[in-house]
Amino acid sequence: MNFKTVAVLVGAAAIVGGIAYWGQDLLKGDVASTDENKIGFVYVGPIGDHGWSYRHDVGRLAVEKEFGSKVKTTYVESVKEGPDSERVIRQLAADGHKIIFTTSFGFMNPTLKVAKQFPNVKFEHATGYKRGDNVSTYSSRFYEGRYVIGKIAGKMTKTNIIGYVGSFPIPEVVRGINAVALAARSVNPNIQIKVAWVNTWYDPGKEGDAAKALIDQGADIIMQHTDSPAPLQVAESRGVWAVGQASDMSQFAPKAQLTAIIDDWDGYYVARAKAALDGSWTSTDTWGGFKSGMVKLAPYNAAIPADVVKLAKETQAAIENGSLKPFAGPFNKQDGTQAVAAGSELEDGVLLGMDWYVEGIQGKLPK
Amino acid sequence: MLLKIEKRPEASQLMVYATPIFALILTILTGSFLFHFLGVDPVEGLRNFFIKPIDNTYGATELLVKATPLILCAIGLSVGFRANVWNIGAEGQLTMGAIFGGGVFVYFHDVDSVFLLPMMIVMGAIGGALWAAIPAFLKTRFNANEILTSLMLVYVALLVLSLLVHGSWRDPDGFNFPESRLFSDSATMPILIEGTRLHFGTIIALFAVLGTWIMLSKTLIGFQVKVIGAAPKAGGYAGFSQKKIIWFSLLFGGAMAGLAGVSEVSGPVGQLLPSISPGYGFTAIIVAFLGRLHPVGIIFAGLLMALTYLGGETAQINLGLPVAVTGVFQGMVLFYLLACDVLVNFRIRFTLFGRAAS
Repeated sequence: MNFKTVAVLVGAAAIVGGIAYWGQDLLKGDVASTDENKIGFVYVGPIGDHGWSYRHDVGRLAVEKEFGSKVKTTYVESVKEGPDSERVIRQLAADGHKIIFTTSFGFMNPTLKVAKQFPNVKFEHATGYKRGDNVSTYSSRFYEGRYVIGKIAGKMTKTNIIGYVGSFPIPEVVRGINAVALAARSVNPNIQIKVAWVNTWYDPGKEGDAAKALIDQGADIIMQHTDSPAPLQVAESRGVWAVGQASDMSQFAPKAQLTAIIDDWDGYYVARAKAALDGSWTSTDTWGGFKSGMVKLAPYNAAIPADVVKLAKETQAAIENGSLKPFAGPFNKQDGTQAVAAGSELEDGVLLGMDWYVEGIQGKLPK
Repeated sequence: MLLKIEKRPEASQLMVYATPIFALILTILTGSFLFHFLGVDPVEGLRNFFIKPIDNTYGATELLVKATPLILCAIGLSVGFRANVWNIGAEGQLTMGAIFGGGVFVYFHDVDSVFLLPMMIVMGAIGGALWAAIPAFLKTRFNANEILTSLMLVYVALLVLSLLVHGSWRDPDGFNFPESRLFSDSATMPILIEGTRLHFGTIIALFAVLGTWIMLSKTLIGFQVKVIGAAPKAGGYAGFSQKKIIWFSLLFGGAMAGLAGVSEVSGPVGQLLPSISPGYGFTAIIVAFLGRLHPVGIIFAGLLMALTYLGGETAQINLGLPVAVTGVFQGMVLFYLLACDVLVNFRIRFTLFGRAAS
């Protein structure tokens, strides 16, 4: 045995000993207190997406602000939909969280599976359709906001082409595109909508490329149902209009952003957390819009003419007081057949499963 | 004083076992700095990363659940890598395995038979192998680079899956959301420990590792794989067919990835979704090399890789660390492990100027 081998062995032995000594500390039991009120949040994206997950985190901070030291909030970001989310949700439940908000559609089945194993924990799943005794669902009528931006876009476009960056062709997204098409064509029947699907909720590269492609095809207004500000940044650099998604994104596109649809979860999260803490929580299904304050619009771009701002505000007020229903007839499906007759409107059940385009949208809905 | 890195005459047996310890020490040291810098007690940080996730039965089984697809994909890839066949497309083969296996359920969803799951498993392996057969054909017939073809086919497979779940395989009661029906009990991997998610797929993975080990060490084809990889010309003189090995290693790797796919969808996922894997097929490339392409090494590497994911989640939940920090920590662990491996084949010598000539 030469010197070097001995040196390596001695070093290794010292290290193993050190780890064993230190390991006592590592292996010591948990001392977390169980009587604190823990509230958990699971996000599909990073909280720095400036969109969907960011707004949910703003809601979490509102809960912290409301209850102060009475609660402790936990969040896990960038959780993959599917098996990983089940483990994260379960870990939060096992860790003593009283109420857990799972904020993406893909967390639906995992949330229900975990909820069955933890009947005393309350679960709140965003945008899903399956509920249980301890699972509520909640979502916002974002299409109300999209109807207003459709009106603005109809007035502002010069090329009569609106570009729309879509995430996944699910009813939630299709509904938004349809709302924009109906509103835009109600003020300008020549408008066509072009949709580019990116098959992701958050991928700034893909979202930006889609926006570029849409602008190259003549779109002078970019809308999006994805979570990053990339499409707005592209619109800003190419000198076309854009609409922010989920939060006010004007810092990324001060000239281009017409307005933004803002998700406001603060009130809902505070109310539900309160109910979970005082024991009045029951399983509910919430679908709030302008009226409940869950959907808001960012300040209008100063470049929008006054009459257009007036139209937008009137439209919003009419939706709020119920005199205007975005999906009231008459209007046609993409192929020209009548979807809804005059005097009637689409039921919520149909809206929740919407898988067809209205007239004025180009391309085929991926099926 | 000069620092010189020079090649060892032969690989150091001592270093084979010592480098993981070096990597561990470096990880602990850097990790302590990182946690300290972020205002987290280093001991608490390391405990949350490496021990807390698996200090209970459920956590330990979750480690196996997470490691199963990684080990299955990596074991398949390792055979190809040994033979210098660079299959980068395990993710696509995994997806195709899920499509073939899950497709069996979609078409026989009302059949309640004990043969349903075995048929899904077999079809999953076939699906993965068929997808890998495309790069094998292109390589052997047109000499097309399998790195490119297998990688590109990943995206094709993902889009095929997306097409199916958005279209004809969609759950008719699912409000048009892009997912298949939930798999019935007879199409779901049996759970091994009640109350956990540990499923039969883990057993499949263990048998796959065992089988690969025997195949590489005891059979002629395993010998041919190693010879063609180490010395293609010598293999040629011995009459071993390079084409045969290319076909074999791609089909084998594809079948293993296909098994991983079907074991995921009929295991923890429980249905077909537009996205069924968070990149297991790509991560498996790291696992294969981390395990030094050896079946036993791959088991350890797969478990370690899985642990870094679980640890990342635990650190987020308990310490409130952002996901980016857990990603940095994961990357650090892997970097140290792979970097320290240099010492197996190279040694570092300190030389003074005057003595350099000696």
